[in-house]
Amino acid sequence: MVNKILFVAAIIMLLALLLTLYRFIKGPVAADRLVAFDVMTVSSLALIALIANFASRVIYLDVAIVYGLLSFLGVIIVSRYLERGL
Amino acid sequence: MDNMLEILGAILVLLGSIFLFLGALGLVRMPDLFNRIQAGTKASTLGTFLSLIGLLLITPEWWGKLILLMIFILITNPVSSHVLARAAHFIGVPLADKTVTDKYKQEEKTLSINDEIKNDTHD
Repeated sequence: MVNKILFVAAIIMLLALLLTLYRFIKGPVAADRLVAFDVMTVSSLALIALIANFASRVIYLDVAIVYGLLSFLGVIIVSRYLERGL
Repeated sequence: MDNMLEILGAILVLLGSIFLFLGALGLVRMPDLFNRIQAGTKASTLGTFLSLIGLLLITPEWWGKLILLMIFILITNPVSSHVLARAAHFIGVPLADKTVTDKYKQEEKTLSINDEIKNDTHD
């Protein structure tokens, strides 16, 4: 029962990632792609935590923490670059 | 009782994934960049937060890393969306046709007028 609900949730998260990928490819300006990147990484962070539960390995949560840190730094640095501040 | 907590956690994870899906849908359908930031980042923050709370109810022995991840998301996601919106307004990304008012631009205009008046009185 619990595993089935979690599986459905994982499929919905994958659909959300596909929709975000559409905006990532199509986005008219670079800032649109940056928004899509931000939403994509935060959504995939939830998906990584879900996969950690499926595999019952706590070490995957460390991967999620480092991934979130790198995505935050990437968004900050690219937006500073767009602002000509770098 | 334990089983009830697990089912509640699974329902919370499902709710969070629905929020993530709605945020991605807003990212595709909204007309301009600022609306996309508004729809995407807020919904993804709430969706990820709900999913992590659900996982916390399912596997309570992982509480340390899950709570660290939740606090981290709650701090960094609004900051990154704010920096992104500021940069986009600074480089002049066009607004949608339906936009009624742009308060930030008006504020900048009145500030620059005030500066000119101040400079004139100093001279």
